[in-house]
Amino acid sequence: MDLQTVEILLEKYFEGTTSIDEEKQLKAYFSSQDVAPHLEHYCNLFGYFKTEKEIKFDKKLPLQPSKQPTVKWIGIAASFVFLFGTAWFFLNENTNANKDLGTFENPEEAFQATQEALQLLSSEVNQGVEGIAVLKQYEQTKRTIFKKSNKK
Amino acid sequence: MKPLEFENLIAPFKDKVFRFAKRLLVSTEEAEDATQEVMVRLWHKKETLVNYNSVEALAMTMTKNFCLDQLKSKRASNLQLVHSNYRDNQVGVDQQLEAKDSWNWVEKMINELPEQQRLIIQMRDIEEFEFTEIAAVLEMNETAVRVALSRARKTIREQLVAKHNYGLTNS
Repeated sequence: MDLQTVEILLEKYFEGTTSIDEEKQLKAYFSSQDVAPHLEHYCNLFGYFKTEKEIKFDKKLPLQPSKQPTVKWIGIAASFVFLFGTAWFFLNENTNANKDLGTFENPEEAFQATQEALQLLSSEVNQGVEGIAVLKQYEQTKRTIFKKSNKK
Repeated sequence: MKPLEFENLIAPFKDKVFRFAKRLLVSTEEAEDATQEVMVRLWHKKETLVNYNSVEALAMTMTKNFCLDQLKSKRASNLQLVHSNYRDNQVGVDQQLEAKDSWNWVEKMINELPEQQRLIIQMRDIEEFEFTEIAAVLEMNETAVRVALSRARKTIREQLVAKHNYGLTNS
């Protein structure tokens, strides 16, 4: 490249109007051996650009494979299952209880059933009373024994 | 997307992102942290990356915003950037020493430019981006990018010439 072209290119360079290609020519010229003496001070500039491009980044990047989202979704799914499960359970229980009231269509039948139920209840109560009678006897004997021992 | 696929996706531009962050933050460690942060953010939105025309441009924009935020919070807490680690990661070879010294000088000049001009120089002169790409990343129009680039280059030229002449008069 002759000196005139270099000087024109340099002028364009400082005006910011050179293309990438022209800038590459300049870089090539200033890294060559035969730079015109009055332009020598530009060698450092273009030389610096060249060396600067060789700096490498070689630190390890901490890239974790993203497992977190799946764990999160499993958690959300589990909570939904739990929520709907409990809701379903309670709703079902309520409907069962409502259905099983055991109502009778016929009043007479209802009366009879009620009587039977009361009968059953009283018989159970009587059984309880018999049990208490036994207890009473036990109490009496206990008292006589303790009285005797007290008198001693 | 698996980590390996993602690594392949970002491989072409992760160095650019790092250098871009380093241009703004200056410190190598901070630039590494920023790059890591941007890449992890990209990884988290990996499912939506297909919607972008250029993941590289997206990464650069994210880096720019992240680094500017970093600088802002740093200034807010009155912490001074310590420019102490220029090229400390390279082994010095005697022949390269002189050149390296001048490069340090160039680096210092560039890093003293306003942030926006620094980024434009970085993207244009080092990474060789087209003006449309630079305009997209920096959210400016192309003419403004050209004007800022020309201003930055001229500032550098002035200082280079001044230093050159200083050297001449001294010797």
